[in-house]
Amino acid sequence: MSTQRVPAVDGWFSLDEHPHLIGGRCASCGTYVFPPRAGACPNPECESDELVPTALSRHGRVWSYTENRYAPPPPYKAAEPFEPYALVAVELEKEGIIVLGQAPKGILAPDLRVGMRMQLETDVLFTESNDQGETTEHMIYVWAPAAEVAS
Amino acid sequence: MNDRDLVVMGVGMHPWGKWGHDFTEYGMIAARAALADAGLQWKDIQYVAGADTIRNGYPGFIAGSTFAQKMGWTGVRVSSSYAACASGAQALQTARASILAGFCDVAMVIGADTTPKGFFAPVGGERKTDPDWLRFHLLGATNPVYFALFARRRMDLYGATAEDFAMVKVKNSRHGLENPNARFRKESTVADVLNSPVVSDPLRLLDICATSDGAAAMIVTSREFAEKRLGSLNGVPRIRAVSTITPTYPQTILELPDFATDSSAVVAPPERGFKDSICHAAYEEAGLGPDDMSMAEVYDLSTALELDWYEHLGLCAKGEAEGLLRSGATTIGGRIPVNPSGGLSCFGEAIPAQAVAQVCELVWQLRGQAGARQIEGARAGITATQGLFAHGSSVIVSV
Repeated sequence: MSTQRVPAVDGWFSLDEHPHLIGGRCASCGTYVFPPRAGACPNPECESDELVPTALSRHGRVWSYTENRYAPPPPYKAAEPFEPYALVAVELEKEGIIVLGQAPKGILAPDLRVGMRMQLETDVLFTESNDQGETTEHMIYVWAPAAEVAS
Repeated sequence: MNDRDLVVMGVGMHPWGKWGHDFTEYGMIAARAALADAGLQWKDIQYVAGADTIRNGYPGFIAGSTFAQKMGWTGVRVSSSYAACASGAQALQTARASILAGFCDVAMVIGADTTPKGFFAPVGGERKTDPDWLRFHLLGATNPVYFALFARRRMDLYGATAEDFAMVKVKNSRHGLENPNARFRKESTVADVLNSPVVSDPLRLLDICATSDGAAAMIVTSREFAEKRLGSLNGVPRIRAVSTITPTYPQTILELPDFATDSSAVVAPPERGFKDSICHAAYEEAGLGPDDMSMAEVYDLSTALELDWYEHLGLCAKGEAEGLLRSGATTIGGRIPVNPSGGLSCFGEAIPAQAVAQVCELVWQLRGQAGARQIEGARAGITATQGLFAHGSSVIVSV
């Protein structure tokens, strides 16, 4: 029996103790993109073709949120029985972007409100096992409620 | 009549429903209805502008040629437009451009769809570079998730309530009662909505539009062609504006199917948000404003999104849509009825047909042919749609 953890998508976030999203930053104008990608800067005033991988802020504030009460269709791999889960759109102040993610299991709509401070964590999206008893946990970034900070 | 106006000579629909039949059958019935309405024959049509959709597992990619073949090949020129929910408006714009450029005088704009049950899901296969596939795979971010994010914003920013959202459904269900093309023709109460199950909090089943089968078609012509056929154009509806613009960088509102917005770190957000700008461009082109409108047909993918549209259309200030709804202004008989057809609430969404269907409703209203849902003295109306991949549209029709 062994368990390994892999990201459910490559290169979008780190899987360390203090995980962060990996975006892109234009080498010329300095604007940000997420998800990360190579190629042209999205700013129409900028002609740069270089987006440099960049760690994004781990903290932001809730722009909006919802809670799914029904299992989404494939290619989502819903657990059976399905457990409701929340999705949170979080605004990152420095980067000026809003990023949609799930909340950790057990954090539901009543636990959230617009403007609340959130922190990036990771959680298991789905699990696969093979005949050799090896289990693979496919990990995804999540937005978890964070302690308020004095402003 | 403005030099760039088109005449709408005919409109027709196949009723909305859920049968799972071949979409080309629906399209043919709508096309024949529009031709009969225009007093024209299929062989008179010089151009077919088809509105596309992609329906995995169903008869595939819908295009202008699909309908030309169905009606019987006549050598007619065709175009095919994909713009998600705005496909019908983009097809209209393509027909308009061809007519105004003098390449043809009379065109058919047509959209039809057959939809699977349940949530819309992406096209099959493992497509790890497609954001529409990834949003389902990584987040389970269905379309109602995005609708719910907007609904929650109205609640937390403006104090909107679940009852406000339910009242949109109550209004639209009454409007659609007498519409023979509507799929759902049953009155809903606030309690019906509040007792329906939560799908994506705070939205409930009856807050969210269904997916439907349906078809709509219209015949648009140059002024010269219509004058030759009709004589006077008095009281004949004209297309005054077709707005099919995209956002201006940075697009700072999270929209289908995105994981994140553009960044406003370096470039400040534009003066008008995307959906405001769609409607603004239509008003500018028509030389008309919100006060000139007798009605609006808007894309009520959810009840709460209808309220957003009141503000994008300039019918009221930001945060005041609930008040406008409660005043009765957007009910038939009020100052500016919204979704007199019953809207998506009563139709469900047949994607490539929907933006065409909105124009059909305006035309019937402007001709005084809307029966029990008639808006007295209707002179002008506006449509609004927005959907996947930042496609939006707004069309203004007047007499």
